[in-house]
Amino acid sequence: MFDFSIVTNWVHSTLTSVMPEGWAVFIECVVIAVWIITLYALLAIALIYMERKVCGFFQCRLGPNRVGKWGCFQVFADVLKMLTKEIFNPKNADQFLYNLAPFLVIIASFLTFSCLPINKGASILDFNVGVFFLLAASSIGVLGILLAGWGSNNKYSLIGAMRSGAQIVSYELSAGLSIMTAVVLTGTMSFSGIIEYQADGWLIFKGHIPAIIAFLTYLVAGNAECNRGPFDLPEAESELTAGYHTEYSGMHFGFFYLAEYLNMFIIAAVAATIFLGGWMPLHIGGLDGFNAVMDFIPGFVWYFAKAFFVVFLLMWIKWTFPRLRIDQLLSFEWKYLMPLCMANLLLMTLMVVFGLHF
Amino acid sequence: MEITIQTVVFLFLALFITLTSVLTVTTQRIVRSATYLLFTLFATAGIYFLLGYTFLGSVQMIVYAGGIMVLYVFSILLTSGRSDNVERIKNSRMFAVLAAVLGGAAILLFIYSKYQFLQVGDNKVTEVTIQSLGTNLMSSNKYGYLLPFEAISVFLLACIVGGIVIAQKEEDKK
Repeated sequence: MFDFSIVTNWVHSTLTSVMPEGWAVFIECVVIAVWIITLYALLAIALIYMERKVCGFFQCRLGPNRVGKWGCFQVFADVLKMLTKEIFNPKNADQFLYNLAPFLVIIASFLTFSCLPINKGASILDFNVGVFFLLAASSIGVLGILLAGWGSNNKYSLIGAMRSGAQIVSYELSAGLSIMTAVVLTGTMSFSGIIEYQADGWLIFKGHIPAIIAFLTYLVAGNAECNRGPFDLPEAESELTAGYHTEYSGMHFGFFYLAEYLNMFIIAAVAATIFLGGWMPLHIGGLDGFNAVMDFIPGFVWYFAKAFFVVFLLMWIKWTFPRLRIDQLLSFEWKYLMPLCMANLLLMTLMVVFGLHF
Repeated sequence: MEITIQTVVFLFLALFITLTSVLTVTTQRIVRSATYLLFTLFATAGIYFLLGYTFLGSVQMIVYAGGIMVLYVFSILLTSGRSDNVERIKNSRMFAVLAAVLGGAAILLFIYSKYQFLQVGDNKVTEVTIQSLGTNLMSSNKYGYLLPFEAISVFLLACIVGGIVIAQKEEDKK
């Protein structure tokens, strides 16, 4: 496996040889920030194009096909349109909160995004408590949504924001508990540690029954947390026009839109990292030749392949199931999903104690 | 004193905390006040991260920013109308506030001048491992936190039971 930390160490030593360490760290931070923003934007464009095409095929349509071959420049055209649109402020609204809300949502998304390890040695934030930090950072976004609903001075926005708040706060518990199930098995909370643990088999195989249940509950809870799929009632078009981002236009709306897609990618990438091994290639114990061949495929290819596979699963769910009602949504979480997650956590703990995993 | 990147970040965070704390209490609208309080809590989490206490920083973010602030904003949205602004403070109360502030500042300055700050040998930031945190939280030896942990559990249970009792609709009341 190619270790990306060779590159970062070389850059760091070269920079420190010509300037004091503080400046070197500062320059590295700026470079990393630019890199995160670029990757974020590129991924968003890829995801929006993918969503349109997948949605089109699920509904027996062609999807975008006019701008460029297979419509592949459609999203670029949309981005240009969005950038040139006027940003207006609704009357009698709290301007400060109205303008702040999209930034809170996008900052939460950036913070979560920077926790993801893309390749061996290429993780931007790798704390001891990485998984916990990820949950903490993703919980900021709900405040942005609540403030957007409040700041818009619009009853549809407010109802959408309240629904979204209730939904995200409840489903965060299930998402956290399913991740905890994986943490119990791996015994570490840092992403690099979790991936190292999966060197001889992905967690979904090593943890078998509880790991599969945790993977599925995490996907459901994650899907609800990014307001997508059958759980998109905060922006239910038929009832609330567009929910909490009704009053937003131009790039402010663009931030919500970007954050929605990237949050879906983050959910998929976290599921891929924790349950499907992240950048770790498919290794089967005993087959050394097979493992050696698999090692030739670079880590980031594995990573993005797995993440986009899970993204496809999420889109499949979104375009297959109809939207739930808010009471169904909340009773599903509190009466079924969360007890299931707790029982599953207990099952995993028992399995680890008695050594029943691979 | 040599200016390192840590000092710059610390000064920035400290200024930010001061500014947002003042704004929290001086702003006229209650939702804005909650937002400034959120920024204060974030910057505090930033100081924890600067010190290498990543666990404490994450807890600060998930509990205060993700939990308590959402609760505040939610209850503000549910209870208050749009024109529900803070009332003006009367002049007589203003005097009491001023006295409290000056008294607090005096106590703080006194403690600050008397207290012997420990000189840390190197500014190397070390992360505490999650394993040691977990064992200390659940152990009853010298650095163990089992008793406060259990006390808080009982306290939270009492809160939950109380919440249910208050929220429960009274059935068949004759």
